[in-house]
Amino acid sequence: MQMWDGRNSKIPPGGQIFLVVFCSAPAVAQTAAPPLSPTNIFAPASTPANSIFELSIFVLAVTAAIFVVVFALLAYSVVEFRKRNNDDGHEPPQVYGSNQVEVAWTVIPILIVVALFMATARVIADIQKVSPPANAIEVVAIGHQFWWEYRYAGLHVVTANELHVPVSDPQHPTPTFIKLLSADTDHSFWVPRLAGKTDLIPNHPNNMWIDPHEPGLYLGQCAQYCGTQHAKMLLRVYVQPRDEFDRWIQQQREPASTSDVVSEGRRVFETTACISCHAVAGTVANGRFGPDLTHLMSRETIAAGAARNNPENLRLWIQKPDAIKPGSLMPAMELTDRELDAVTAYLETLR
Amino acid sequence: MSTDSITWPQAETAAHPFVDKLHEWVTTVDHKRLGILYMVYAMTFLLIAGIEAMIIRIQLIRPHNDFISPQVFNRLFTMHGTTMIFFVIMPFMFGFANYLIPLMIGARDMAFPRLNAFSFWMTAFGGLLLYFSLVGANGLYGAGNAPDVGWFAYAPLTSRTFSVGHSTDFWTLALLVSGFGSIGTAINIIATVFCMRCPGMTLAKMPLFAWLNLVMAGLAILAVSPLTAAQIMLLVDRYLGGHFFDTQAGGSAVIWMHFFWVFGHPEVYILVLPAFAFASEIIPVFSRKPIFGYPVMVGATVAIGFISMSVWAHHMFTVGMSAAANNFFVISTMAIAVPTGIKIFNWLATMWGGKIEFKTPMLFCVAFLFQFLIAGLTGVMQGAAPFDWHLGNSYFVVAHFHYVIVGGILFCLFGAFYYWFPKMSGKMYSETLGKLHFWLFFIGFHLTFDFMHIPGLLGMPRRIYTYEPGRGWDTWNLIVTIGVFFQAAGILVFLGNLLWSYSRGKAAGSDPWDAWTLEWSTPSPPPAYNFFVIPTVKSRRPLWDLKHPADPDWEFE
Repeated sequence: MQMWDGRNSKIPPGGQIFLVVFCSAPAVAQTAAPPLSPTNIFAPASTPANSIFELSIFVLAVTAAIFVVVFALLAYSVVEFRKRNNDDGHEPPQVYGSNQVEVAWTVIPILIVVALFMATARVIADIQKVSPPANAIEVVAIGHQFWWEYRYAGLHVVTANELHVPVSDPQHPTPTFIKLLSADTDHSFWVPRLAGKTDLIPNHPNNMWIDPHEPGLYLGQCAQYCGTQHAKMLLRVYVQPRDEFDRWIQQQREPASTSDVVSEGRRVFETTACISCHAVAGTVANGRFGPDLTHLMSRETIAAGAARNNPENLRLWIQKPDAIKPGSLMPAMELTDRELDAVTAYLETLR
Repeated sequence: MSTDSITWPQAETAAHPFVDKLHEWVTTVDHKRLGILYMVYAMTFLLIAGIEAMIIRIQLIRPHNDFISPQVFNRLFTMHGTTMIFFVIMPFMFGFANYLIPLMIGARDMAFPRLNAFSFWMTAFGGLLLYFSLVGANGLYGAGNAPDVGWFAYAPLTSRTFSVGHSTDFWTLALLVSGFGSIGTAINIIATVFCMRCPGMTLAKMPLFAWLNLVMAGLAILAVSPLTAAQIMLLVDRYLGGHFFDTQAGGSAVIWMHFFWVFGHPEVYILVLPAFAFASEIIPVFSRKPIFGYPVMVGATVAIGFISMSVWAHHMFTVGMSAAANNFFVISTMAIAVPTGIKIFNWLATMWGGKIEFKTPMLFCVAFLFQFLIAGLTGVMQGAAPFDWHLGNSYFVVAHFHYVIVGGILFCLFGAFYYWFPKMSGKMYSETLGKLHFWLFFIGFHLTFDFMHIPGLLGMPRRIYTYEPGRGWDTWNLIVTIGVFFQAAGILVFLGNLLWSYSRGKAAGSDPWDAWTLEWSTPSPPPAYNFFVIPTVKSRRPLWDLKHPADPDWEFE
């Protein structure tokens, strides 16, 4: 399909200076997180983000040119036509207008608008009018207050907050198509280096696609105000080489590990309110209100990226979620120290 | 010349001068007094919403700051936005329109003086209702709280599932009530402009100020009505079991967005057209030339009015519209840049060849031209839908609309305050303090809003109460917050200047700027009936004709 051919980008000269300032990663090697910001919109690493990048450079060049011309005219008139100290006190010549110049500064902007529109319409088509190829990965992303649920259609994998996708080699593209749903309020999926944002709106399914060219961790966060903890609804997309991704899928399909050592913790978990919201595959815990915990320990973060996934944070999160994410819907579980230790120990076995 | 004996004879025999004075102001139907009431009211809310903005910026000064809680932050940005749009800029604009339109078209009052008073009090009570949420919103639960759904209050966050208590109801009712006030004022402006012009003043000889406010009023009727309808639907959803926006029961969250933005985008022009009106009066007078291309300016205004009704969904490029719909809103959004550009060029041509005098009002208007140019160009960037998939809902868009509202509208408003303060108060303001205000505010504005674009380009979404370190946003946010304090200092100088000048300023005389429109032919402040004799005009600049009998405008227009 034409869309995955790495289209060579022609960058107009106006954008060159801008590129130096903003686009820290050179167009070829975009592996490492760029030094300016890991969420820089001018460091694209995927085809849709790259199409937008090329359009944005064109639009920036055109608007910068308009700015320079009009700014110069304004500055000139302000300086040149200011009232002098030796003014003779007469009124300047009274000019009422000129149809010729009015026509000129109407027609030229219209032509510019037409050019901008054509360029824009083309990119809209490039990104929106694409259907998934047979080997595409299909993921359903469901926005919740204030976390992300991911369901890999056909692969029987359910996970939360950390999306894993394979690298898409331009020669053998394996793009990921994401269906966007919401369980409650509006959210928006925005990982700037991979694609523009698309909203997750209840009762209004949306679609987007990415085809990351390089492995790595790509960051973003919810970009549509969704309630108290909108700020800590962070996005983490792990782009992996194909074999690594396949291993990850394999591992996520395993049933939850069981161990007699932590049976106390498991008992506490399964007899308190935990299971109303959380699921652990193969156990009585089948809640869907909160993240699936079957392979909790395979994730690097908890609380939608708000904290690193380590025993101390896990314990704190169960005991006092407000310390990490005030206003999140995870309730403080009010467990005794012993129960807390046991549950934490149990969760640490969910690899 | 005293006019008190004519208008308010009871004032001199009053036993309780303060109570009587208050009674006069509360019961007034005089367009000038209502105009001033609007401005005092808007000024009060400007201070309140400004303080809210300062608290927001202090919270964002560094990552993981905990100056305020997320709940408080969400309430603050909701209240800041709602207040600034509905209870600061709109009342300011209505205040100036009220005060100036009858004076400029040679009328003795607005067409419907009582409707005028009714509209003001509706707007005023709307604002009070919004802030009463701080006391009343949680009802029997105890302490109240302010709305926290954002100023465009996207469904289903406003449903009772996600918004318990009454804070959203206060928000809804405040906008509903003030909306009736806005529609009343809009009807009044249209009727006044069409029916109350003095002899000789055809529509083509009306000051641009009146033209721009006429188009603004037309837009207000068209735009505020859907907002009012949406608020009623929301109330039906919340209390009568409706499902308009209830997504759990098959309602549509997107339809709320359409309703809101079909109001929300024309609203931008409702706010900016009066700002254009100020610039169109101030720039000619301080350039000593008539406005360049008057008929084109009128045409461009009407064009903006029409096109602005068809661009609303550019606020919704990220909600997943079809490619065809996206294309339509791209072209309409970019098209509106054309008449807006024409306006900038005409103001530029008005200055060209003139003798520009940089008094405070003109300083603000010149800064407006530069800043509005930038605001327009960043608007074009976001009009390119795919670019907006990045920029929308990021700090870039926050910077953009503050460039419009502060850099464009508020700068013009300050210019208008300095320009017409001598007329309204009869006193001259302090030019030194005026320039100090200008430079403080100018520096603060650029520190805050120039640098605010950058975190948006680096992926910072709006409406987050805190942010992660290591995203490259820290320095920019620090600079942005520093700028706020310069702006606050500027506002304090401004208020000080107004208060000091009102009590100590030199008498201004009727025409301190050697200007050309009819309001400058009346004494300062004008008497209650405005004109001793209703004037007759022959051109767009009646006072120019009077001052230059050998070279009158009507021979050339």
